[in-house]
Amino acid sequence: MKIVVTVKQVPDPNSTLSLEADNTISREKEVVLDPGDECGVEEGLQLKEAHGGEVILVSMGPERARDAIRKGLSMGADRAVLITDPALAGADALTTAKVLAAAIKQEQPDLVICGTESYDGSTGMVPPMLAELLGFPQLTFAKKVEVDGSTIKVHRQTGDGYQIVEAATPALVSVTAAIAEPRYASLKGIMAARSKEIKQVALSDLGVEKGESAETIEGMTDAESRKAGEVIQDDGTAVDRIVQVLAAAKVL
Amino acid sequence: MPSILVYAELSGGKVAGTTLELLTKARDLGDVYAVGLGSGAKAAAAALGKHGAKVVHINEDAAFDDYIAEPATDALALLYEQQKPDLILFGFTPDSREVAGRLAARLGVGLISNASDVAAKDGGFVARVPYFGGAKVASMKANATPAIVLVRPKSFEASESGGAAEVKDLAVTVKAESKRAHIADRVVEASEKVKLEDARVVISGGRGMGGPQNFPLLEDLAGALGGAVGASRAVVDAGWVPYSMQVGQTGKSVRPGVYIAVGISGAMQHTVGMKTSKVIIAINKDAEAPIMKMADLGVVGDALKIVPALTAAVKAKKNG
Repeated sequence: MKIVVTVKQVPDPNSTLSLEADNTISREKEVVLDPGDECGVEEGLQLKEAHGGEVILVSMGPERARDAIRKGLSMGADRAVLITDPALAGADALTTAKVLAAAIKQEQPDLVICGTESYDGSTGMVPPMLAELLGFPQLTFAKKVEVDGSTIKVHRQTGDGYQIVEAATPALVSVTAAIAEPRYASLKGIMAARSKEIKQVALSDLGVEKGESAETIEGMTDAESRKAGEVIQDDGTAVDRIVQVLAAAKVL
Repeated sequence: MPSILVYAELSGGKVAGTTLELLTKARDLGDVYAVGLGSGAKAAAAALGKHGAKVVHINEDAAFDDYIAEPATDALALLYEQQKPDLILFGFTPDSREVAGRLAARLGVGLISNASDVAAKDGGFVARVPYFGGAKVASMKANATPAIVLVRPKSFEASESGGAAEVKDLAVTVKAESKRAHIADRVVEASEKVKLEDARVVISGGRGMGGPQNFPLLEDLAGALGGAVGASRAVVDAGWVPYSMQVGQTGKSVRPGVYIAVGISGAMQHTVGMKTSKVIIAINKDAEAPIMKMADLGVVGDALKIVPALTAAVKAKKNG
């Protein structure tokens, strides 16, 4: 089975974000492989281990995204494709999906695995857009994936449980963090990743043109913040105070 | 006057609360109509009308219930061709966002996702979007026609306008090739007694709970208060509790009467999903945690001692 996993480098969730002059999120700071994508890579590797095949990472980003890709390769992915082009800086979700779709089509995979949404942009729109552009069915919010021949079956997380969703390959699956605990790269894996191929392509190689962005950021304000209220040290009476507040709010 | 199409999310014939919130907002923006797909759409039209839809386009083909996103995308693409709305509104919910993304790609237009508000401006639309982990709010002007905006649940309060909708059948034949991602079964896990989004009281746990073994303490308190239990992203990512319990930017938005944050530091990622709660109570061992700066009542102490004592006190008060 040929599996493509989409991956993205994001600002380290443990570092402070900063903005560029045009209000897009700065990608110059510490970047890491998106934690959600680590789960996608892990699931891809587990499916490969169970069913054979190949795991290919596809990413759009600046040159330095190589570090994040290298992490996925260290975990065990076979090779990678990086679409990098100055024209793609600040690309919106549809442009991202178009670019990824063009690169993925060249691979003709049986399965595409995406995270549910990126840690930084959080639009959650690339998986459904990508599925549409590839002409694939979408099996989303998966917390479990099973493959039986050419049938993909997922447990799709819902508000009160899950759905069992099935489709024939080729298909796109988006996975939640519950899917699998990402493995640590072994020393052997890290060494092996150094010689694995990261094929770099530009927009012109894919025959995709960057369209007008869906949105223009007109302004940026600080989010409304609530004021601090009363802060008390628990000296044994805190419970009584909480009960008073609950009663005043009429929930008790 | 701009025309606005609201995608009605139906589950077993019941209209999602988010849909009613969107209709309420849309009334301020222009002429509102809605589309309801799947079983119960006709019956749901009354509620949609009461909240502001002048026309409701319906189709009750079972394919809309049984297959993910593609049949609904076919129907919406057809309706777009017929009606040419200026704005299409979706809830930023798992079921609606799948359809929105697919539709935008099919129409070849971008969209604005994860918005907390939308307004008409200069003949177009501007959305407010939590940005930068929720620390900032961006004003984003929609460049595409139609504008497609996904709005976070609980961004508005739903209210009735007392109207009645004209119901029109949407003549769409779902293509066989759109019947692919098949929902073969639905499994309800009994754990969620009160829905997180609807609860009057939400008690959420974070890393300060020490481990998944201590979450039953929160369940007990929720049981005593008739509330629901939520969680921070950190503990969901750590696998302590399921994603369905996650409150925040990448989880659910809640707006309860009282929100009790237990062992949660209050990262923007989390607070963007709960800061419109009427009353916030925080229990945390760290007096300097960001959550303390936004709570109406902040209690500095050991959550594992305070929560069971609180549960006992709540039960005593109820019984007394």
